[in-house]
Amino acid sequence: MDINHQHRLKTRIGAGLRHITLFIAMSIICIPGLWIVLNSFRPTVDIMAKPPVWVPRGLNLDNYRAMFGGAGEGGVPVVQYFTNSLIISVTSTVIAILIGMAGGYAFARYRFRGKSAIFIGLLLTRAVPGVALSLPLFIVMAKTGLIDTHVGLIMVYVAMNVPFTIWLIDGFFRQVPPDLAEAAEIDGCTRWQAFWKVEFPVAKSGVASAGIFAFLTSWNEYALASQLTRSTFSKTMPVGLRDFTSEFTINWGGMCALAVLMIIPALILTFLVQKHLIAGLTFGGVKG
Amino acid sequence: MAQVLLENVTKNYGKLEVVHGINLDIAHNEFVVLVGPSGCGKSTTLRMIAGLEDISAGDISIGGQIVNDMPPRDRNISMVFQNYALYPHMTVRENLGFSLQIAGKPPADISRAVNEAAGILSLNDYLDRKPSELSGGQRQRVAMGRAIVRHPDVFLFDEPLSNLDAKLRAQMRVEIKKLHQKIQTTIIYVTHDQVEAMTLADRIVIMRDGNVEQQGTPNEVFERPVNTFVATFIGSPPMNLLPGRVTGGVLVFAQGFTVPVPQSFIDLVSEGQEIIFGFRADNMMPEEHALNMDEASPAIEMAVIVSEPLGTETLLYTDLAGQEVQAKMLKPRPVADGEVLTFHLDLAQCHLFDAKTQNTLR
Repeated sequence: MDINHQHRLKTRIGAGLRHITLFIAMSIICIPGLWIVLNSFRPTVDIMAKPPVWVPRGLNLDNYRAMFGGAGEGGVPVVQYFTNSLIISVTSTVIAILIGMAGGYAFARYRFRGKSAIFIGLLLTRAVPGVALSLPLFIVMAKTGLIDTHVGLIMVYVAMNVPFTIWLIDGFFRQVPPDLAEAAEIDGCTRWQAFWKVEFPVAKSGVASAGIFAFLTSWNEYALASQLTRSTFSKTMPVGLRDFTSEFTINWGGMCALAVLMIIPALILTFLVQKHLIAGLTFGGVKG
Repeated sequence: MAQVLLENVTKNYGKLEVVHGINLDIAHNEFVVLVGPSGCGKSTTLRMIAGLEDISAGDISIGGQIVNDMPPRDRNISMVFQNYALYPHMTVRENLGFSLQIAGKPPADISRAVNEAAGILSLNDYLDRKPSELSGGQRQRVAMGRAIVRHPDVFLFDEPLSNLDAKLRAQMRVEIKKLHQKIQTTIIYVTHDQVEAMTLADRIVIMRDGNVEQQGTPNEVFERPVNTFVATFIGSPPMNLLPGRVTGGVLVFAQGFTVPVPQSFIDLVSEGQEIIFGFRADNMMPEEHALNMDEASPAIEMAVIVSEPLGTETLLYTDLAGQEVQAKMLKPRPVADGEVLTFHLDLAQCHLFDAKTQNTLR
């Protein structure tokens, strides 16, 4: 056989295999999510059916209607949960980013005693599983009266996110040559102006990606939130999912509907800042 | 009027002293080049003048005003950085106008100043591009443009041409010289390239290990180097140095090679003194390919090891007293490797240094 033809065939078979592998991998990742979306639109009979009903039939909005309905009709305070989640996630993200910028900038630009030890110490805190902290956190929050408040949860999420935001933002400021700030200072800026007018705009995609990561961590967190919140006035959406379980039954349809509402804002945000997010992710991959 | 004065300026990093009390008096409108090998403290000195580094001791004044503790923004200086340091998120126009915008100038004034600077540096076609869309030479010009829009008292250049290729570097050298003629401002320029120093400077300041070794016009430092460091640093190829001894009124080198003591040094040497004899390639030439010599030495027969034709002249590498030295052939003809030629040294142009101190005997 012609050697060129042989190679062409090999390339085509390789491409085909690659596509099949990718399809399988993407299925594993996507099917649970799609299953949730699908289940949110169908009756419990279909959800619980064995063997599973693969082809959707009789889709409706009953689960959503019930969720927004009155207490007697299986309703949950969705709007309140959503507001709680939003307040807690946004506030904790903003604080984590401000601290992350100050810390990241200091690590990137200044030399000080114990710098690498502090840096490694910060990263080590990430090695502690969040759940392991739930009991000590519960005791501290109970003693300080911060149980079941927005402030309590915000503080927890800030503490969880700060090491990561510092680490990520440090890397981005490291990539900004110090000459830029010096040039700005010679051009008439104060140190503060040089930062906001030159260094920050150059490193802002890093700050944005750190922000997204922090936001998603807070938005999706369940374990600690379930310990530290009790009432409607502080429960976040992931904790709200538990409202659909009762003594003998679990309302899978309602749970899926709330989960979909939870995914939507995260999805929108991710699409909006996709470019920055990819920069942040790939950057993390090559960070020394 | 912006005279720049450095008095006993010292810089320490912890216990390490990197600049040892240097003194410089730079006149208004003078073009001064600080030159030296890397680590000699020239960039640190420039950064201290800019206010980007604190000074550990001494005084710096600009235009009669002591600026030791003044932040860079109040010194009315401009600086061009080695890697240009253009603001990557701004267009060329915004880069050029940034300092005026910070100073709160009205948009009409900014626009006029930017256009004027762009005109001087032929940047008009690139005003709306980002720095990443420019070539190295164009970025360099934007960096200079950003420096000139402010009409500063002093221009500081920190190795501005070292990221450019050889051809562009030669071109930008001329542009910088023209710029100085046009804007008539004090310029302090740092480089490690002695060619840049020689071609640009009104005055060269040669630094080594945090000290000023010599300062003077390009001709002064070339013709009268104060020590062997300056002698080998300035000029290309570097000056040939042969260690020897004064014996019986002649200079005696290894392998029994001798040369008469140059006339101008006769009263300055003593019998038995250890010296270093210095001469440039231009001062050792083969017969029939030389300029008229003021004080020609006796003939020296040497074999050429390697020849480097440069067009108008050829560099000849030969062996003299057991050491490789370079000679120059004017109106060159092809030279075979190993060919024996008769050379003469122009003793009037030669130098004698003390072997111990390495300082000139003159």
